[in-house]
Amino acid sequence: MWNWFHKLGAPRSFFEISGRLLPWTGVIAVLLLVTGAVWGLAFAPPDYQQGNSARIMYVHVPASILAQSSYLMMAGAAVVFMVWRMKLADIAIQCAAPIGASITFLALVTGAIWGKPTWGTWWVWDARLTSTLVQLFLFIGVIALRSAMENRESAGRAVSVLVLVGVVNIPVIKYSVDWWFTLHQSSSFSMTEKPAMPFSMWMPLLIMVLGYYAFFFTVWMMRIRSEILVRESRTRWVQEWVAGR
Amino acid sequence: MKTLLMTISRDLKVAYRNPADVINPLVFFVIVISLFPLGISPSADVLVGIAPGVIWVAALLSCLLSFELMFRSDYEDGSLEQMTFGSGPFILVIMGKIVSHWIMTGLPLALLSPLLGMMLFVPPPGLTALMLSLLLATPTLSLLGSVGAGLTVGLRKGGVLVAILVLPLFVPVLILATAMVQTGIQGGDYTGHMLWLGALLAIATGISPLATSAAVRISLSH
Repeated sequence: MWNWFHKLGAPRSFFEISGRLLPWTGVIAVLLLVTGAVWGLAFAPPDYQQGNSARIMYVHVPASILAQSSYLMMAGAAVVFMVWRMKLADIAIQCAAPIGASITFLALVTGAIWGKPTWGTWWVWDARLTSTLVQLFLFIGVIALRSAMENRESAGRAVSVLVLVGVVNIPVIKYSVDWWFTLHQSSSFSMTEKPAMPFSMWMPLLIMVLGYYAFFFTVWMMRIRSEILVRESRTRWVQEWVAGR
Repeated sequence: MKTLLMTISRDLKVAYRNPADVINPLVFFVIVISLFPLGISPSADVLVGIAPGVIWVAALLSCLLSFELMFRSDYEDGSLEQMTFGSGPFILVIMGKIVSHWIMTGLPLALLSPLLGMMLFVPPPGLTALMLSLLLATPTLSLLGSVGAGLTVGLRKGGVLVAILVLPLFVPVLILATAMVQTGIQGGDYTGHMLWLGALLAIATGISPLATSAAVRISLSH
């Protein structure tokens, strides 16, 4: 187990393993996203109150879920980097931040578009929206801190400290819904409990969530791979790999 | 304990010799608040409504101005590095610096706040809530800000970066504190808000000094 962990942590072996995985996750992401989008947008029943406008749920809900868990994944990588000083974990944090920021932004934008027909306004200062906005700022802070530091080694450590401090915000996001009176509906999608929505709506949503995750991992791996090539550009195996292309 | 007290008294002495660093953020606080009646409206109804938010946002910003001072001069003359080799644990030095930062910024802000509250027509029960909220929550600001200050102390342009790193972390404090003052103005019971702010302070006390000492060590290593 530990052997395998350390082997995966070496940039070179990660590069080789991810090279074999990448086509698969890419195909899975496309299949899931296309299936989920067509099912959700064309065939799933409209909401009895909100009508067809509720269909944006199939874009918005997976984005919100992924926005939160991408920060958690980044925090996981930060723990790995602080404990084992694994170079790959630092690369993973660096590559997750821009993707996470874009997904958070997508969640905010689709939320605004959904809010217009249902609440009659693009934006409300509601707990959940605000905490998602704060999370976007946290992602931006992570990106800004790294770009401000010149030394790569200390930049990696500083960013992991910041990510771990920011992770305190995640429970605040979760519980903020209960803290204040709020306009946002509480979450009605869960893997463990009996779903509150009918199967015909729940299933395409699940497919979309899985599709978003597959998409995230695909893009994450692609970014990590190119960052490995940049950082290891002086090593022989990278030069041989590039020459072989 | 000795390390902690020595750091506090040293930092307070340094600040006493150079009082402008302490006074300027306070003057900034007063000026920013007095701009709002000029910019929005001098009527009492409007000002009472915005008073908690205005005073609290001004407090956040004037705290931000002083985070830079927490480690900067000690970093530049090398004494911060010497402190990491001191006999006491380094985390106590950090704790001492956070406490003295609070004594120099948070405490005067809290003491000054009833005056500014009166300028914004806050009724007496609201003034008590305002002062209590500042007393209870500005230590959290010093604790959280120390992490940002520690991370950016080695950088030439740390100022704006500290704001980007730290302001998002202040959001829960801001929301709870202003809600507490609003409740106070309306004459309600704000014990619950105080308990929440106390909980945030407890969490920040547990986490921030650890993170800050790690951050300062990282900044010293390059």
